[in-house]
Amino acid sequence: MAYETLNLTKTARPKWLDRVVVALLAAAASVAILVTLGIVLSLIFETLQFFKKIPLTDFLFGLDWSPQTAIREGQIGAKGSFGVIPLINGTLLVSAIAMLVAAPLGLASAIYLSEYAGKGARGWIKPALEVLAGIPTVVYGFFAALTVAPFIRMTGGQFGLEIASESALAAGIVMGIMIVPLVSSLSDDAINAVPQTLRDASLGLGATRSETTRRIVLPAALPGISGALLLATSRAIGETMIVLMAAGMAAKLTLNPLDAVTTITVQIVTLLTGDQAFDSAKTLSTFALGLLLFILTLCLNVVALKIVKKYREHYD
Amino acid sequence: MIDFSKSAGFNLIRRHRAEKRFQWAGRSAIFISLTFLVVMVGSILMDAAGTLRQTQIAVTVDLGPDAVDPDNIAGARFGKILKSALRAQFPDAKKRKEKKKLYNLVSPEGSFEIKRQLIANPDLLGGPQTLWLTASDDLDLFYRGKSDASLPESQRRISDLEVAWIDTLAQSGSLRRVLNWNFLTNGDSREPEIAGILSALVGSLFSLAVCFALSFPIGIGAAIYLEEFAKPSRMSDLIEVNINNLAAVPSIIFGLLGLSIFLGYMGMPRSSPLVGGMVLALMTLPTIIISARAALRSVPPSFKQAALALGASPVQAVFHHVLPAAMPGMLTGAIIGMAQALGETAPLLMIGMVAFVVDVPDSILAPATALPVQIFLWADSPERAFTEKTAAAIIVLLIFLIAMNLIAILLRRKLEQRF
Repeated sequence: MAYETLNLTKTARPKWLDRVVVALLAAAASVAILVTLGIVLSLIFETLQFFKKIPLTDFLFGLDWSPQTAIREGQIGAKGSFGVIPLINGTLLVSAIAMLVAAPLGLASAIYLSEYAGKGARGWIKPALEVLAGIPTVVYGFFAALTVAPFIRMTGGQFGLEIASESALAAGIVMGIMIVPLVSSLSDDAINAVPQTLRDASLGLGATRSETTRRIVLPAALPGISGALLLATSRAIGETMIVLMAAGMAAKLTLNPLDAVTTITVQIVTLLTGDQAFDSAKTLSTFALGLLLFILTLCLNVVALKIVKKYREHYD
Repeated sequence: MIDFSKSAGFNLIRRHRAEKRFQWAGRSAIFISLTFLVVMVGSILMDAAGTLRQTQIAVTVDLGPDAVDPDNIAGARFGKILKSALRAQFPDAKKRKEKKKLYNLVSPEGSFEIKRQLIANPDLLGGPQTLWLTASDDLDLFYRGKSDASLPESQRRISDLEVAWIDTLAQSGSLRRVLNWNFLTNGDSREPEIAGILSALVGSLFSLAVCFALSFPIGIGAAIYLEEFAKPSRMSDLIEVNINNLAAVPSIIFGLLGLSIFLGYMGMPRSSPLVGGMVLALMTLPTIIISARAALRSVPPSFKQAALALGASPVQAVFHHVLPAAMPGMLTGAIIGMAQALGETAPLLMIGMVAFVVDVPDSILAPATALPVQIFLWADSPERAFTEKTAAAIIVLLIFLIAMNLIAILLRRKLEQRF
């Protein structure tokens, strides 16, 4: 009989090969977890080393940040001071300015694109805004330091204001523009997810488009929009190059946007560029700053993603 | 009696005005953002234009047998030859300070340029020859009218004496402007007139190659596993949440990871494109996984079902039928991820890719820098001439980014099948 000569088990690929392939794929997928683990473990390990040298309370509640004084051992004041409050102050100041620029611009663009713009206009405005997101941050930093900061200084000078050549305002404004596409595309998604029936009902009752948008669409899209704003804030807090190039190095407690400030990210980079001993408090402090930054942004991201997700389920 | 028509009419005008204002606000928001983009790119382009060409200066140098030994060209003292040639051209420079200014008209690279020209063309030997050498950045800026001659002498970078020399040179036709190939073929330098981006560009390409070799296979493997094989479980949920969160972690955190694990723990070479590429790979991994999953999802399930029905194993069905159909989408996502990696600066600063690199790196282990880091370094330099270089380097970076994005768009258009 013919089927007796047909030996299927021999011609088919061995089963174990399939299993190996699937195992390899699973290994690739678990790299994502390994990276997160690596980040968390390395940050925590080095941070613990740091807190052996500097007490946790000095770090969290200290009002003075001057790690650069720790140059050599045995020198007077060689410990430096590692109070993180001025850095948090600077980070929040720059991020707040950025959000004051990005939130209205991004939201207004998103509303115009989703509620008013025709298909043609939307077709070119949206990619044009996306270009802003594709430009490397070092380019924004260059523009902020060489064009925007001197411009602000000059304008301020005409009103008799003394403005530092590096200011939180310059860095914040430029960063805000950089974040506009992030805010606008996420808000756009949230606004588009609002069912058309809500709009039709409102328009049918005689409301104008802007009234419909303000009173019906925006409240319905609010969770999505607030998620977008949170993600944008997290992006602003973690941004490095613009502040590094345009906001200055001075760690001080100030709410004046015309002052030079420094941020967590700037301090991490400046303390780590150049050669220094790996176990000095100065170097280790960057990991404590990194951990702080990681926790801050992670909280914002988790909350934002949750809000966005919950909201989506609501209408689907 | 209530007059509805009147109040309604009044209200309607007000409401329509509010409508107009609302629309106007949206339009102006878009206008402001796009104007910012145009002004930024425009001002950088204008700054960069100065780098397109550079000034050369004609110097008549003595290449007779006394100065250069024909059998040992490289051994000659070209610095001395150049200096005496300049003194002969402008005998009015007597004092030490004046002589120093005179020598500064030519780039410090000038003597090496004589040497290179001679080695390339030994026929020049034997007597006085007029050679074109790269002028210094101060001369270049002044000649192009970028430094203001009307300022008092003490506030200028260039003195009255030098101005007079430059005018003499210009009138005698000893100055010319040529295309600035140095910018594309040289490494970094302390002298703006000879600083170029080649070493940074090669460093970037090496890093990107490492980044792609790591993140593309891992990213696609992870995407295939999550889309095609993973059963809904705690583990796959965890991976999912992880990937979404990793995509939003600040890039600087990846730099810290690279510093402590790749450099500190594993002892890999500092400043090398290998470590840079590895850090960038970790950063681009979420982007690649997310886009690869979207590409896999866009392949209709009937592809897989047909293959399974014909007797293919699940692995065969995915690799022979689903994967090829999803490839264009995956490649598009990978190119966009690479474009992001190319523009990334902060994590590279932390693993030491800020080195002053003159030589073009020859391997992924050699000290290197990357194009965005070079931009950062130059932007920090006080010299006016470096500002132009920075702007030009930015334009080169943007050209690369535009090219990569165009390739991604074309790839998507050309290869995308409609299922």
